[in-house]
Amino acid sequence: MTATTPVPLSPAGNPIGFGRMLRKEDARFLRGQGHYLDDIKLPGMLHGAILRSPHAHARLVSIDTSAAEAHPKVKAVITGAMLEGLKLAWMPTLSRDVQAVLATDKVRFFGQEVAFVVAEDRYSARDALELIVVEYEPLDPVIDARLALAEGAPVIRDDIEGKKDNHIFDWEAGDREATDRVFSEAEVVVAQDMLYPRVHPAPMETCGSIAHMDRVTGQLTAWSTTQAPHAHRTLYSLVAGLPEHKVRIISPDIGGGFGNKVGIYPGYVLAVVGSIVTGKPVKWVEDRSENLISTSFARDYHMHGEIAASRDGKIKGLRVRVLADHGAFNGTAQPTKFPAGCFHIFPGSYDLDAAHCEVTGVYTNKAPGGVAYACSFRVTEAVYLVERMVDVLADELGIDPAELRRINLLRPEQFPYTNKTGWVYDSGDYGRTLEVALEKAGYTELRRRQAEGRERWRAAGGSPEDPGAGGEHLMGIGLSFFTEGVGAGPKKHMDILGLGMADGCELRVHPTGKAQLRISVQTQGQGHETTFAQIVAHELGIPPEDIEVIHGDTDNTPFGLGTYGSRSTPVSGAAAAVVSQRVREKARIVAAAALECSPEDLEWELGRWQVKGDPEKGKTVAEIAMLAHGTLELPEGVEGHLDASVVYDPPNLTYPYGADICVVDLDPGTGRVKVDRFIAVDDCGPRINPMIVEGQVHGGLADGVGMALMEAIQFDRSGTCLSGSLMDYLLPTSLDCPSWELGETVTPSPHHPLGVKGVGESATVGSPPAVVNAVIDALEPFGVRHADMPLTPAQVWLAMRGRPLRTDIVEM
Amino acid sequence: MQTPAPFEYEHASSVDEALALLERHGPETRLVAGGHSLLPMMKLRLARPERLVDVNDLTDLAYVRREGDQIAIGALTRHAQLASSPLLASLYPIFQDAERVIADPVVRNRGTIGGSLCQGDPAEDLSAVVATLGGSLKIRSRTGERVVAARDFYLGPYETQVGPAEMVTEVVIPIRPGAGSAYEKVERRPGDWAIAAVGCFLTVSGGVIADCGIGLAAVGAPGLPALEAEAALRGRPAGEEAYAAAAQMAAAHCRPQTDQRGPAEYKRDLVAELTRRALRRAAARVMAGGA
Ligand SMILES: Cc1cc2nc3c(=O)[nH]c(=O)nc-3n(C[C@H](O)[C@H](O)[C@H](O)COP(=O)(O)OP(=O)(O)OC[C@H]3O[C@@H](n4cnc5c(N)ncnc54)[C@H](O)[C@@H]3O)c2cc1C
Repeated sequence: MTATTPVPLSPAGNPIGFGRMLRKEDARFLRGQGHYLDDIKLPGMLHGAILRSPHAHARLVSIDTSAAEAHPKVKAVITGAMLEGLKLAWMPTLSRDVQAVLATDKVRFFGQEVAFVVAEDRYSARDALELIVVEYEPLDPVIDARLALAEGAPVIRDDIEGKKDNHIFDWEAGDREATDRVFSEAEVVVAQDMLYPRVHPAPMETCGSIAHMDRVTGQLTAWSTTQAPHAHRTLYSLVAGLPEHKVRIISPDIGGGFGNKVGIYPGYVLAVVGSIVTGKPVKWVEDRSENLISTSFARDYHMHGEIAASRDGKIKGLRVRVLADHGAFNGTAQPTKFPAGCFHIFPGSYDLDAAHCEVTGVYTNKAPGGVAYACSFRVTEAVYLVERMVDVLADELGIDPAELRRINLLRPEQFPYTNKTGWVYDSGDYGRTLEVALEKAGYTELRRRQAEGRERWRAAGGSPEDPGAGGEHLMGIGLSFFTEGVGAGPKKHMDILGLGMADGCELRVHPTGKAQLRISVQTQGQGHETTFAQIVAHELGIPPEDIEVIHGDTDNTPFGLGTYGSRSTPVSGAAAAVVSQRVREKARIVAAAALECSPEDLEWELGRWQVKGDPEKGKTVAEIAMLAHGTLELPEGVEGHLDASVVYDPPNLTYPYGADICVVDLDPGTGRVKVDRFIAVDDCGPRINPMIVEGQVHGGLADGVGMALMEAIQFDRSGTCLSGSLMDYLLPTSLDCPSWELGETVTPSPHHPLGVKGVGESATVGSPPAVVNAVIDALEPFGVRHADMPLTPAQVWLAMRGRPLRTDIVEM
Repeated sequence: MQTPAPFEYEHASSVDEALALLERHGPETRLVAGGHSLLPMMKLRLARPERLVDVNDLTDLAYVRREGDQIAIGALTRHAQLASSPLLASLYPIFQDAERVIADPVVRNRGTIGGSLCQGDPAEDLSAVVATLGGSLKIRSRTGERVVAARDFYLGPYETQVGPAEMVTEVVIPIRPGAGSAYEKVERRPGDWAIAAVGCFLTVSGGVIADCGIGLAAVGAPGLPALEAEAALRGRPAGEEAYAAAAQMAAAHCRPQTDQRGPAEYKRDLVAELTRRALRRAAARVMAGGA
C-alpha cells in the first residue's frame, strides 16, 4: 500500500492505517502536561552537582573536600579516589574504550567531571562545589586534531597501558588499488580539504538521571534521559556489577535527543553511586553549559577528498582521507566493526568505478562523543564530503552541478546496487527525484535570474576588490543529492558491545479489541506513539486511537537497542508490522474455529476475517479478541488470547534518499547570508504519517541551516570551550528558516515489510551540503571553491578575500 | 537548570525607597530592572550580588514624552515601548531600527533602557543609539541629581558613572528638527548581539551637513562615538563622498577585537560599510522629512 491508497477512517476520524493524523502525544505536550525527568520528584530525593575541570589537560595534585562536607545541607561528596575504591572510577564507553566517571590521575578535557556533591537541594549542591579546593598541575593540551599524532605530542591517554601516542584506530573501506588505478588514468583529478566541525545537538531538555537504589530489595531504578533504555540497563549491570534483573531503566518523556542521549554519562553513574552512598534517591540534571561543554558532540571530521573524472563529466573515482577527532575518550556508539560508522556510504548516489577511504581516529583534549546529532553513524559526514566534491568537480569542469549529478546518478535498473565499499542500496529511482526537485525549484529560471543578478552587481560597481560597492546582492543556488544507509542493523554485521541490533516487539489485543503495543525504541519527539499505532492499525484494521504504544520502561518492554540513526521505523517499525501480522494469523485461526470452517476458507478484509464467497459471514478483530479470551474451543496446539511477540533482525539497511536545493541571498558588503528558499524532495518509501514525516524533515532542514551557517563547538588554543552557552553556540530559529518547499517520490524498500525506509535524519544529512554549495555558488564571482562551515558573516567575508578560516579553533 | 549563588531580594515602591535600600545595604546591592542582563550573569555566577532591589514597580519611570526641545525617556521604559513609540518613530527612527534587531520579543518586553545603558556592555545597541544622538542621563542619589552626557557615561566596559547608591532615572535626547537617523547592525543570527553596529543622525541645510552624530557598538567601549567621522562630515555636502570619508574615519578609529564573531579586520570593514549605509538611510530620511 502506498500513501495514495485511500484508507478508511475510524470513528474519531483517524486513518485506519497510513495517512495524516494529529499526534497522539500532542494531547499532553501541547497542554504542557508532558512528564519529563525533571518533573519527577520522589520522597526524600537528594540532588547532585558536578565539579568540572577548568583545564583541558592537567594532573590532579590534590582535592580537599572538607569545607564542602561541612556545608550543613551536604550529604556526601564523592571524588575519583573514592570511586577507585569501589572500582567505579572508570566506565566502559560504547566503543570499547573507558571513560573516567570522576578524574583520578588527570583531567583530559575542559569541563571533565572531577567531584560530585549530593545535597538536600540543587542550590546547596551547586554552592558546595565552590567549597571544594582542587590543585591542578597544568599540562600541554592537544587541541588541534591535526597535531595529535605529531612527534612529541603530549600523550593524553597514559591511563592505557603502554599507550605512547594519541592514536585510536585506523580503518579503511573500498578498494585502494583499483582506486589508485582509476586516479592515475583519469583525465581530471581535483582535491579539496574540508572540515565538518564539531557541532552539538543541544536538545531543549538537557541530560539527567534519578537513581534510586533500594537497599532492602537491591533493586536499582533509574529514570534517565535515554534514547536507549535497554542498552543502558545492560551497561549499568556491566559497569557496576549489578544483577540485570534488579535494574530497571525508565525513560520518561524526552525533550529531544538527536543522539545526545544515547550514551551513558558520568552524571548518570554518579547519581547511582550517590544513591548507594546515601540510601536516598538522587537526582542529577545538568545545566545548559554542562550539556554543551561535556556531553556528546557530533562530527569533528577533518576530511581530504579527491575526485577523478573524465573531461565530459563522468565521475570515475573518489578517494578520501579522514582525521576523526574523538576527544579524550572514545565515546562514540558505532557498531563494533565500524569505527567510522556507516561512512561506507561516501561514494554517495553515483555510479563510480572505484572508491577508497581511510579514517584515522585520534584523541584530543576535548569532550568525548561523536555519536550525536542525528548521529546517522557518520552518514552526515560522508554525504557532505561527496556532495561538496561533486560541486568542486563541477567548478573545475565548468559543468552545471545539476547536469553533473544527472550524468552520474545511479540508474533505476542498477538496483539493488552494490556500492564500491560493498554496501547494497536496496532501491531507488534517483533521476526522477532529482527532476522533481529541479522542477519544483524552477531551476532553469533560477539560473537565469542569478546570471542577471551577477550582471547587475558588476554594473553597479561590485568586484572582488570592492564586493559591497553598489549594494547589489548575489544569489547562490546549491544542490545536494543524498543517499543514507539507516536502520542499523543486520545482526550478522552490527552490534554495539556485542549486543545485536535486532529489536523486540510485543502486541496484546485485549478482550474488547483494544490493543497495547510494546516497543523497544524510545521516542524523543518523533511521534512513535502515533506512527506505531498506525502501523498496527494498518495491519489489524483497528483504529489507531484504540492502540496504546508503550515504550521507555525496561520492565515493561522487550529488548532492543533504542532510537538513533533513523532506526526506529526501519527496525522496530518492521517488528511492529510483523508482530501485527502474527496476531492477524492467529486471529484467523480463532475466527475459523468460531465460524466452523478452515482458516484457508477465510479472507482478510481490513479489520475482519470473512468467509470467501460469503462475506456476510465473518468476525471482526474485536469479536475475535473476545472469542480468543473466552470459552471457544480452539484447535489443537492453538493457545488462547490474542497476542504475539517477535524479534526483528533486519536483513539489510534501508536506503532513503533525496534531492535538496537551496537558494541563498548574499549581501557582499557584509558577508551576511540568508536562506531564501529550500526545496527538499525526499524518498523514504511509503509515508506512514506524512505529517510526521514532514515534521521530521522541517526540523532536519532547520538543523542543516544551523550547521551550515552558525553552529560550531569551538576552542581556544588552551582548550577552553568557547561555546558553553546558547549565546555562544548559536541555534537557528524560525527567522533563519524560509518556508520549506517539500516534495516526495515513493520507492519502497523491497525488504522492509512496509517498504518504509526511515526519515529521521534525511534532512540533517542532505541539507548542510546544499546550503554550503549555495553559499559557495553565490561566491562564484570571487573564485571561491570552498570554505568550511559554519559560514558566518565573518567566514563569508574572509572567503570573498580568499582566506577563509579554520572553524574548529579560534585564534584570539 | 542554572542556579545562582544565594542572594537577598527586596522590591522598592519608589525611587526614594530604592535609593535608601541601596544606601543601607552597601555596594554589594544591585538594582534589577528587566533582569535580562543581570540574571543571566547571576545564573552563570559571573555576577553575585548579595541583594537585589527590584525596581519593576516604579511604573512612573516608564514613559517617552516630549519636554520642550527634548525627549525624556524614563529609565524603566521597556524596549517594546521604545519600539512602538510614535514620538520616537517620527523624530528618531534610529530607535525603531535598533529595537527591531535587539534580542527577541521576550527580552524586549522586559528589558529596559536604564538597564541597557547601565549594563555597559560594549555591544549594547541602545548605548550606541543614545551616544549617537548626544543624549544624557539623569542620575539620582539621596542627596541630589546630576546629569551626565551619554558620551561621558562609560568609564570602560561594564563600568559607568553610576555610584553604588545612585540610579539612573531618565534619559534625555535633544530634538533636532528635520534630522534623519538610522541604525545598521550585522549579527550572526537574528536576536544575537552585534558583530558591529553603527548608528547615525544628520541634519542637512542647503545640501550641507549641518550637524551629525555617529555611535558604534561592539567595536570598542560601550556607546563609542566616532568623533573623527563626525568631524569629517560636518560642513560637507551630503553625499557619497562625505559618507565614504566618514566610513573610513569610523573604521580607522574604532577598536574591535578578534573573537568568535570574527576577526578585528572584518569588524573594521563592517564599520565602514555600515557607516555608509546608515548615513545613506539617514540622509534619505532627511529628504523624506522635507528638510
Ligand atoms: C538573549 C538576549 C539577547 C540580547 N540581545 C541584545 C542585543 O542584541 N542588543 C542589545 O543591546 N541588548 C541585548 N540584550 C540585552 C537586553 O537589551 C537587556 O534587556 C538589557 O541589556 C538590560 O536591560 P534590563 O532592564 O534587563 O537590565 P537588568 O538586567 O535588570 O540590569 C542590568 C544592569 O543595570 C543595572 N540597572 C538597571 N536599571 C538601572 C537603573 N535605572 N539605574 C542604575 N542601574 C540600573 C542593574 O543593576 C544591572 O547591573 C539581550 C539580552 C538577552 C537575554
